[in-house]
Amino acid sequence: MTDLTFSPSRTEQRALTNQRLLRLGFLAVTLLLLIPAGAILAVLVIEGAPGMTWEFLTEMPRDGGAAGGIATALVGTVWLTATALAVALPLGVAAAIYLSEYARDNWLTRTINIAIVNLAGVPSIVHALFGVGAFVYFMQFGKSILAAGCTLAVMTLPVVIVSTRESLQAVPHSFREACWNMGATRWQTIWRIVLPNSGSGILTGLILCVCRAVGETAPIMFTGAVFLRQVFPNGLFDKSMALSLHLFNVSTQVTDVPREIPFAVALTLILVVLSMNGVAIYFRMKLRGRKKW
Amino acid sequence: MRTSTTAPTPAGHAAITARGLNLWYGDFQALHDVDLDIRQGLVTSMIGPSGCGKSTFLRSCNRINERLDYVRTTGTIQVLGHDIYAPEASRIQVRRHVGMVFQRPNPLPLSIRDNVLFGTRLHGTGRRSRRDEDELVEDALRQVLLWDRVKDRLSRKATSLSLEEQQKLCIARLLPTKPSVLLMDEPCSALDPEATSAVEELIWELRGRYSILIVTHNMAQARRASDECVFMLMGKVIEHAATEQMFVSPARRETADYIEGRFG
Repeated sequence: MTDLTFSPSRTEQRALTNQRLLRLGFLAVTLLLLIPAGAILAVLVIEGAPGMTWEFLTEMPRDGGAAGGIATALVGTVWLTATALAVALPLGVAAAIYLSEYARDNWLTRTINIAIVNLAGVPSIVHALFGVGAFVYFMQFGKSILAAGCTLAVMTLPVVIVSTRESLQAVPHSFREACWNMGATRWQTIWRIVLPNSGSGILTGLILCVCRAVGETAPIMFTGAVFLRQVFPNGLFDKSMALSLHLFNVSTQVTDVPREIPFAVALTLILVVLSMNGVAIYFRMKLRGRKKW
Repeated sequence: MRTSTTAPTPAGHAAITARGLNLWYGDFQALHDVDLDIRQGLVTSMIGPSGCGKSTFLRSCNRINERLDYVRTTGTIQVLGHDIYAPEASRIQVRRHVGMVFQRPNPLPLSIRDNVLFGTRLHGTGRRSRRDEDELVEDALRQVLLWDRVKDRLSRKATSLSLEEQQKLCIARLLPTKPSVLLMDEPCSALDPEATSAVEELIWELRGRYSILIVTHNMAQARRASDECVFMLMGKVIEHAATEQMFVSPARRETADYIEGRFG
């Protein structure tokens, strides 16, 4: 009993040293990941800030983008994104409600799930070609905001479906049981209890959808976005410019573009996405704080 | 084959009458030829080891089992003389008249008031006035002895209540749709001893106004808080008698063994 000691054994000391080293290693890798994110933002701010003026945001582009502002591109992006959202949100939420609340586990459901996963993995250029075939020609939308918005919607649907379905499933099953046992139909249960308690998740899906729609170039370039336009879109069947495509053009297609212009366009694009994310995070925190069970 | 010794039924309808009830979960038969008469206005407890079919029987009485699509049922259950499995019977109406309380209190993530009114709002035709609703809420909460404790915080979230209060609220929210039968699936097993006796007292208080069927694992609870007792084993009703009689002089060997704790 007297030789009882609590000092660490040698193997234990070695394990402790390893533990510290590993911890540092993992931390270093994680910090490494921050570098590109920080660097991108820093370069954009440093290089793009001089070009970010009120005139730049509100004036029409001239000389293929080499002069003037980006007003039509900015407004065009809003149009395209709103259209994509208006199509993807109702479809996505409806599909998620079906999959989470109604579908039984059978071959059809499994097939749908596989299809959603695969849809999420399709490269955006393939979506673009699908959009040309399906919306521009087959549905005869022509090259238009509607066709481009639908193409973006198809591309972002899996995100909306998956995030909505997950947030519906996060509502405890006991609430559903309580409702059913009081004689609620499935729809009454969904409408009164499940949906109101999954708002934050649905909102997240929506914002993710917006962020992707804002940034994508390929799906819109054959379906509705144009190189240069000096008037604002005049409805869903009009064509329009878009920030992402404009960035591609001023950085690679047009010659003699002042250095700060592409950076300023990129900065605008990233600010739009970041502010959308900020709004999403704000709402999520607000809704989460309210939720308690 | 009749395996039950059915207690004598008073004149008029029994609260629940099961005849030849068989139930399968897929290939597994959970209930075998169950014949039961649950008397009106009394508290009847169901005891038996886990998996003996008591919860399954309970869940058949408001047709909630049908949520599972691999469940198959034959035989009949009547509630106050009306066949709840009849082709013209609606599940929604059945559940309105036969309320269920769960093991874990499951108030909805709404205010106390909205929890109580949830059922009537589901079934309500047209909007009720605020005053009618207030009356319903007060009446239901008074019946479960909760009114004095929560009357000043009706708009608070139901989930902020203690477990005991939550369970009472779960009983209260069944009452506005005027059910005749209350089914309780181990209503006290998530509660501490003090809350348990409070809820038991409440159940005794509700006796007479409602016919109550309680599934319990707690033999002492069955003994002190029920008029009649049903003992089930392997999907069959072994014995059904007045509680006092069953615990003092059980008619069947299996009942005696279970009550004395020789298995289960």
